[in-house]
Amino acid sequence: MGSTAPIAVERPSSDVRPDLPWVTIVWNDPVNLMSYVTYVFQTVFGYTREKAEKLMLDVHHKGKAVVSSGTREEMERDVQILHSYGLWATLQQDTVH
Amino acid sequence: MGSGFKARRGGGVIAQFEPAEAAILRSLVTMVLGLIEPGQASDDPLERALGIGSSEAPSDPVLARLFPSAYEDEEEAAEFRRYTETSLREAKRADAQTMLDTAKAGRTELTPEQAQAWLRSLNDVRLTLGTRLEVTEEVHEEIATMSEDDPRYPAFVMYDWLTYLQDTLVRALW
Repeated sequence: MGSTAPIAVERPSSDVRPDLPWVTIVWNDPVNLMSYVTYVFQTVFGYTREKAEKLMLDVHHKGKAVVSSGTREEMERDVQILHSYGLWATLQQDTVH
Repeated sequence: MGSGFKARRGGGVIAQFEPAEAAILRSLVTMVLGLIEPGQASDDPLERALGIGSSEAPSDPVLARLFPSAYEDEEEAAEFRRYTETSLREAKRADAQTMLDTAKAGRTELTPEQAQAWLRSLNDVRLTLGTRLEVTEEVHEEIATMSEDDPRYPAFVMYDWLTYLQDTLVRALW
């Protein structure tokens, strides 16, 4: 029978924190239009035009922006939808700020 | 005059093109269709049925841009690609097919779904052309100062026109 007693699991030493949510990041690229990127953020995430525009400007000026956060599965779905719109998106576990 | 897109009463958009413009759009989207081959499923019939495909990132820069890695970590990116790229290919091909079927001379009414397909596919065409031409964010200014004898000139002008079209489509949908 398997024991239900907790066992100590050796964790790889890294700064990955399992309790932190995952984030979707959109990266700047020279092809996608500012109007298009704003529209996609509104359509995909249901953001207001104001919020979508702010995120678009972050991508444009800072080179990237976190556009959504949640579970890993949710972020994988977001990335897939953004790829269908041709945006350059990745996901990662959020890092400590 | 005025080629491009306009909002349509009751949703969707109205597309308006000259015969030569419609022909160019069809030829460009046909090129994208040729580039995005149907999902190359594995040899295993079960994996094929589940839509499991290749885990390797495309080496062609255009395909690498159309199908970017979802993770910075290579192993995680490969695993994600294996389970998602086939359906993304199918989705992009379906969008391109819609654009090909509805890129006509004159006035064409597009449903909201067709307009979304156009939006994504026109962008795929721009990503394809833009990656091949290695455009920068200053492409519009670059064209203004480019010599008309420059062998790249016609392709850059076409790219600029597609940019204009994409923008009118976004504004028609807003």
